[in-house]
Amino acid sequence: MKIGVCIKQVPDTGAKIKINSDGKGVSEEGVKFVISPYDEFAIEEAIRLKEKGTASEVIAITVGVKRTTEALRSALALGCDKAIHIDSESTTLDHLAVASLLSEVIKKHEIQLVFLGRNAADDDSAQVGPMLAELLQLPQVTGVSKLTIEDRNIVAERDIEGGAKQIWSCELPAVITTNKGLNEPRYASLKGIMQAKNKPLETISLGSLGVSSEILEPKVQLDHFELPKERSAGKIFKDDTQNAVAKVVQLLRQEAKVI
Amino acid sequence: MAGNVLVFVEHADGKVKKTSLELLSEGFRVSTALGSQLNALMIGENASDITKQIDSYGVSEALLVHHTHLQNYSSESYAEVFAKAAEKANAEVVLVTANSMGKDFMPRLAAKLKTGLVSDCTSISVTDGILRAKRPMYSGKVIVDVTFSTKGLKLLTCRPNVFEITKNAPGDIKSSSLDMDVKAPKATLKELVVGAVGKADLTEAEVVVSAGRSIKSAENFSMIESLAEVLGAAVGASRAAVDAGFAPHSMQVGQTGKTVNPKLYIACGISGAIQHLAGMRTSKVIVAINTDPEAPIFQNCDYGIVGDMFEVVPMLTQEFKKLLAE
Repeated sequence: MKIGVCIKQVPDTGAKIKINSDGKGVSEEGVKFVISPYDEFAIEEAIRLKEKGTASEVIAITVGVKRTTEALRSALALGCDKAIHIDSESTTLDHLAVASLLSEVIKKHEIQLVFLGRNAADDDSAQVGPMLAELLQLPQVTGVSKLTIEDRNIVAERDIEGGAKQIWSCELPAVITTNKGLNEPRYASLKGIMQAKNKPLETISLGSLGVSSEILEPKVQLDHFELPKERSAGKIFKDDTQNAVAKVVQLLRQEAKVI
Repeated sequence: MAGNVLVFVEHADGKVKKTSLELLSEGFRVSTALGSQLNALMIGENASDITKQIDSYGVSEALLVHHTHLQNYSSESYAEVFAKAAEKANAEVVLVTANSMGKDFMPRLAAKLKTGLVSDCTSISVTDGILRAKRPMYSGKVIVDVTFSTKGLKLLTCRPNVFEITKNAPGDIKSSSLDMDVKAPKATLKELVVGAVGKADLTEAEVVVSAGRSIKSAENFSMIESLAEVLGAAVGASRAAVDAGFAPHSMQVGQTGKTVNPKLYIACGISGAIQHLAGMRTSKVIVAINTDPEAPIFQNCDYGIVGDMFEVVPMLTQEFKKLLAE
């Protein structure tokens, strides 16, 4: 069985975000890019399935500009076997376009199990996974924190509101999006980093996948980016704790009117 | 003429969810601005009994769907139903709550209909017939203005606890059933493991009390829970507390966790790392408790108490108890 792991390169989550002066996007200047945190669980789960013998090959796939190949190289260093970079060149793509491009690669490589992170840490939309499942007419389980695969049967647990969990069952082929808690992602070993240099990383052009221009055309557009209003420093009470507590409780009722 | 606004009305135990009332209220504002009508979609056997609960929200028509394959939620079946319902309701805009269900099936619907979806909207406006939405990105570090470039159906999921509930005079709702065959889904819900009874959900709670790593152990969370109980609050945790194994990931607030938007957020022993602030900065009022007066959380709160949470939190619990007993 082949596993496809679709990953996205995003700004480091600890980074302060700066907006371009035209308000049209986020500045990349001085930004460190990493594999989106939820995608790390996807990569780890795929590699573990390969180590267990459940999977024969793990293919990392991304859609993006040239720098996103760094994320693929990191995925190879972690243990993926090969990587495919769909070069978005300078085209602006929305989620449906990305999902459509990925679906073509997944079909072409006869991938049986697709992993993606629950959402990308930059746009937080959580759209590409379910879109991919629909385009491929596959079952999906999103935000999975526990997974077992036996023969062709998948049992997956997902967290929902109120601390409750749903347990889903489906058969391969399927699309799974991964949540924190699924596993503990490993760090790349020095050996892995060395080996990654010789693993295949193929770049394919946007136009070569046969996705129509109608689909590639963005359906939504991001017109203007802004930073949220800064909160100003509040009233800070330092000395007598008992007094401070009484004061704050009183202010919450009389001034803020939230209690 | 503009198409209609279709709102998904969720209900549990015979009661319409508060988040759906928020969505209906916003849906009515949008349909009024577009000069079209507001329609509701309800799924389930008993849906017709509860249309009465939404008769003050400006709904013109309610579409009711019931099918054996809809007894349990499924992204595949819901995408099928919504595609059909949007067509029947002559919808231009579909609004669904951005919860674990809406975020699961709405992208499937968008892919099925080859249309655009905007996730986690926190504001919707209509000017000159053009629909605009605002949504957070980078876990709330950025707010982006989004428009649709398609003329057709516009799909949006909306954050809970954001849109104000407004009632109108009660009116008549025309109900019709959406008769359709629903395919058996490939992925099926086998079991639901319920969380602690009566526990408020983090993303929907009006008050949240969170603790950081200085809580020192999972057991010590009982102190936070006592405070939460008095306030009817949900309990959260910082990433550091989760990574240290003191709380499960389902309680994590911030980037790579949940984004919360309560009326009151109480941060106990949380320093205020950028990832945490991203997940709670839209709270209306923030109270911070920390031993370090230089902690960044004090630059991002309304009221701060410099002190040890093991001393402050029990005092707060007592004070709130006294106040609420009055």
